[in-house]
Amino acid sequence: MSPQMIDRLWQAAFDTLFMVGVSAAIAFLAGIPLALFLVTSEPGGIFPAPRANRLVGMVVNGFRAVPFIVLLVALIPFTRLVVGTTIGVWAAIVPLAVSATPFFARIAEVSLRQVDPGLIEAAQSIGCRRRHILLHVLLPEALPGIVGGFTITVVSMIGASAVAGAVGAGGLGDVAIRYGYQRFDTTVMSVVIAMLIVLVCLVQIAGDSVVRRLRAR
Amino acid sequence: MAVLALDSLGTARPAQRETAGPDAIPLIRVEAGLRGTVRFENVSKTYRSAAGEVFALDDVCLDIACGAIFGIIGRSGAGKSTLLRTVNRLERPTSGRVLVDGEPIAALGTDGLVALRRRIGMIFQHFNLLSAKTVRQNVALPLTVAGVGKAEIAHRVEEALRLVGLEDKAETYPSRLSGGQKQRVGIARALVSDPEILLCDEATSALDPETTVSILSLLRDINRRLGLTIILITHEMSVIREICTNVVVLEAGRIAESGPVWRVLGTPEHPATRALLAPLTRDLPEDLAGRLTPYPTPGSRAVLRITYSGRTPPDLSTLVAATGGPVHLLQAGIERIQGHAVGHLLIAAAGTEAEVRLRAIGETVERIGYVAADD
Repeated sequence: MSPQMIDRLWQAAFDTLFMVGVSAAIAFLAGIPLALFLVTSEPGGIFPAPRANRLVGMVVNGFRAVPFIVLLVALIPFTRLVVGTTIGVWAAIVPLAVSATPFFARIAEVSLRQVDPGLIEAAQSIGCRRRHILLHVLLPEALPGIVGGFTITVVSMIGASAVAGAVGAGGLGDVAIRYGYQRFDTTVMSVVIAMLIVLVCLVQIAGDSVVRRLRAR
Repeated sequence: MAVLALDSLGTARPAQRETAGPDAIPLIRVEAGLRGTVRFENVSKTYRSAAGEVFALDDVCLDIACGAIFGIIGRSGAGKSTLLRTVNRLERPTSGRVLVDGEPIAALGTDGLVALRRRIGMIFQHFNLLSAKTVRQNVALPLTVAGVGKAEIAHRVEEALRLVGLEDKAETYPSRLSGGQKQRVGIARALVSDPEILLCDEATSALDPETTVSILSLLRDINRRLGLTIILITHEMSVIREICTNVVVLEAGRIAESGPVWRVLGTPEHPATRALLAPLTRDLPEDLAGRLTPYPTPGSRAVLRITYSGRTPPDLSTLVAATGGPVHLLQAGIERIQGHAVGHLLIAAAGTEAEVRLRAIGETVERIGYVAADD
């Protein structure tokens, strides 16, 4: 491999990390309130709002139903509105975050639902207000599951970022398509695949170790 | 009102109750008299289910006095849990009123409800401790959410942990504790805001017998030392016998029977009470039951059960004198509950007059049958 190619690969790896990192952070920050809303606004929840709950649930399902490559294209006007461009790393961050948020929200929702209702009852009995229940009961108790779910989300976003690369977002997927596939450069293709594998493994190991530490108590 | 206002801030100490001494002004004495009392007025609760309306509670009227250890017993599904939860409004009655310290709680807004719940501690069958918090953080939570200062929290958590004997476990996570220790943490958490009422929801049902005894004696100790009212629900009559002063038996959402424990246990009137008492009562020994005859045979002896449910324990010399002949004690189970002798004696006495003479001296006698002389 030429020194230029090695530089290009490093740049691509950095782009991927950046794209996934920023959109994962957005998905985390937006997904948790969304998940909390889905759980607590149910009939019988602590903030019951059945209509809004159904509506938000439907919107989430809608986004979940659209394949990422289609969403990527469909969101182009929105992306232009938000970041002012439709190519490059920032243009990929918008659809990545939009697609990962509902995905992560649903996964976090499952963990929040597994919190024993007895704990909520106990919190109410000691004079907790509803925000205390969110802060002291639901979130901390569901945290190991939420972190595990976030790991899954990040891994699937690494895959999605490669798809985003195909439409000019840069990153490892972009290099793999342009050099590995279109120029039949098997070495580049193999290196990209190896880098993706290492990246995914690192994310998984990091996520697992956080979950293990949280569960150890 | 002064005392109640203090309570709602969660800062009143149990010692408040002792202010009704010679110096106390009458107003406070009246309020102090209502502190820690619960009154149920025609409380009903219905659930709508697929099979129609289900009556969880049906017109329950009940007064719980300050400082009592009040037991609510019943089979599962009898409505005990629902009744207990109406006290801190985890459940709202469909009709009727619940009064805590003489004040109806149905109309309380969020702030009033939070203040009420800070005056009522609650412990649970499955402890319901937060797994992500240490013992110290769990016990501190009621104070943390009430906005109590750090130093005050540290001091009171320390005190509560000492009360339940877990000072050395403060930094441990609940998953590392045994069942009995978890329940002690639950008790410390319930007591840290100095409540006047403690609700116990099957608090010992998930514990082994030895731990149950230690938790029950801790509850009794707390009741005596802090003078707080304890309302507990259970399906085990042994728990009632162990610590309660008063008991109410619930059956299908209705009160089947209620009163002081010695009376309900000594002379159970309702079939539901008897069924719940069955594990505690000694049956007729099997070998004896097999040889009982309904009619006397030459030389046979009458088997008599003498029941006690009063203040005086059996006077053996009078019994022997009254039977007027050889008398064998076959089985005996007399317990002392709240100063009352409760239980029965099973004796075999010769002749038919023994029964009559025992009745004549005022004993409650029941003839079970006859056994042959050589028994």
